[in-house]
Amino acid sequence: MSTFYFIAFLSIFFSILVITAKNPVHSILYLVLTFFTFTIHYILMNAQFLAVVNFIVYMGAILVLFLYTLMLINLNKESEPRKSSMVKFAAVIGGGCFLVTIVAALKAFKVSQPVILNDPNLGLVKNLGKILFNEYLLPFEVSSILLLSAMVGAVLLATKDPKTT
Amino acid sequence: MDVADIIIKFVLVVIIFSISLLIALYSTYAERKVAAFFQDRLGPNRAGPFGIFQPFADGGKMFLKEEIIPANASAFLFIAGPSLSIFTACIGSAVIPWGQKLTIGTHVIDLQVADINVGVLYILGVVSLGVYGVMIGGWASNNKYSLLGAIRAASQNISYEISMGLSIIALLMVTGTLSLREIAEQQHGFWANGWFTWNFFRQPLGFLLFIVCAFAETNRTPFDLPECETELIGGYHTEYSSMKLGFYLFSEYINMFISGAVMSTLYFGGYNFPFMDLIHSPNLVAIIGVAALFAKIFFFIFFFMWVRWTIPRFRYDQLMDLGWKALIPLAIANIVITGIVITFLNR
Repeated sequence: MSTFYFIAFLSIFFSILVITAKNPVHSILYLVLTFFTFTIHYILMNAQFLAVVNFIVYMGAILVLFLYTLMLINLNKESEPRKSSMVKFAAVIGGGCFLVTIVAALKAFKVSQPVILNDPNLGLVKNLGKILFNEYLLPFEVSSILLLSAMVGAVLLATKDPKTT
Repeated sequence: MDVADIIIKFVLVVIIFSISLLIALYSTYAERKVAAFFQDRLGPNRAGPFGIFQPFADGGKMFLKEEIIPANASAFLFIAGPSLSIFTACIGSAVIPWGQKLTIGTHVIDLQVADINVGVLYILGVVSLGVYGVMIGGWASNNKYSLLGAIRAASQNISYEISMGLSIIALLMVTGTLSLREIAEQQHGFWANGWFTWNFFRQPLGFLLFIVCAFAETNRTPFDLPECETELIGGYHTEYSSMKLGFYLFSEYINMFISGAVMSTLYFGGYNFPFMDLIHSPNLVAIIGVAALFAKIFFFIFFFMWVRWTIPRFRYDQLMDLGWKALIPLAIANIVITGIVITFLNR
């Protein structure tokens, strides 16, 4: 349990650093560390497959692409868009309202019962695969079609205007 | 797990770690000798007989050179880059089965640091983490050539990771497991049930795709675009000096060693060798098996060098075309064909 609290503290600590870091590249690197602590959380829950996939997909691919884009456009102080004070004010109000809602929603709940898994080895590859392809085949296929359509959409957006290419 | 097991694991880790460093050290020597052979030269031959102390001379030079951190570089990340690079190169060896179980007295020694049941995915994860060292180092140098090298490294690694993952999926359909130990056990011997047991003979196209991707992931010629010296001076390590440069160069050789080990384990039977059932002492089989695995790894390291000194570097658009328009469709076709064949064989 103490391991969990330590890792949870690290996750929150790094995610705060993500939004406070001045340099966007440092921010992404803190995000990488945050995702790494998520991987440790999955391992603590014995969900090995999810842990490794989180590691490969988020840390190894998506955040590399983030970093790639940031390095390519090379953000710095001069090119940062200036927000008007009106927008900042609205953002503070909106964020405050959201915080109040979250706190109220959490107060309305009782302390949740810990979920006891029937099978602690559920997170292993074989069991996960069997469940995904037997019980949850339709949602699984639908979500893969969703991802495919997102990919096709991205390609379509990128080549929207054939004259400019 | 009692104390003796922990000590055995610790000793195993230290041995594997020193062997990978030693092999990486002598790969630099072997590379220069192989290059000399291909170009009809002599190669290093001054330090010691046949120049075998040359790696130590080079290492000493790396340690003793002046340490320079550019004034405008981000100092912490500048140091973190090479450290991360060598770290990710070294942790890949943790899941590779180096041999069958040794029995000494009452102790059974497992020649593998960790037999996790997602071993193949762990390797993929380590490979995908490897690009961070290059990217962070290239960005932190605050030099446009380094930055271009880092960006090239990122796009190249992402592109080739996809086809590497797809080629492994076809292999996993054949083996049905993600554990490297079980994959190695399945390839026992050399010939069984009227066909070769090694996965290379079941997945020849998959192996071809995998080795091409391995070249790209280790940044070896013909895919060493991130450090292409004709265009980018030195690529991501332009600003590096002394041992930090040494770490970058060293991690490339460790990566070669690890990817040789992975390819031997996945496709060439790992520690298995022909006629291993004729030897009745299990310990002898285990020791010959380790030797067989290292022989395969050395062949792959030689193959890496052979290609480097034979094939010229790709142009950048050719690299991307090969990755996206040739390797990925081939890998997907390989998965489909493998699926059809498995369905018909299981009837």
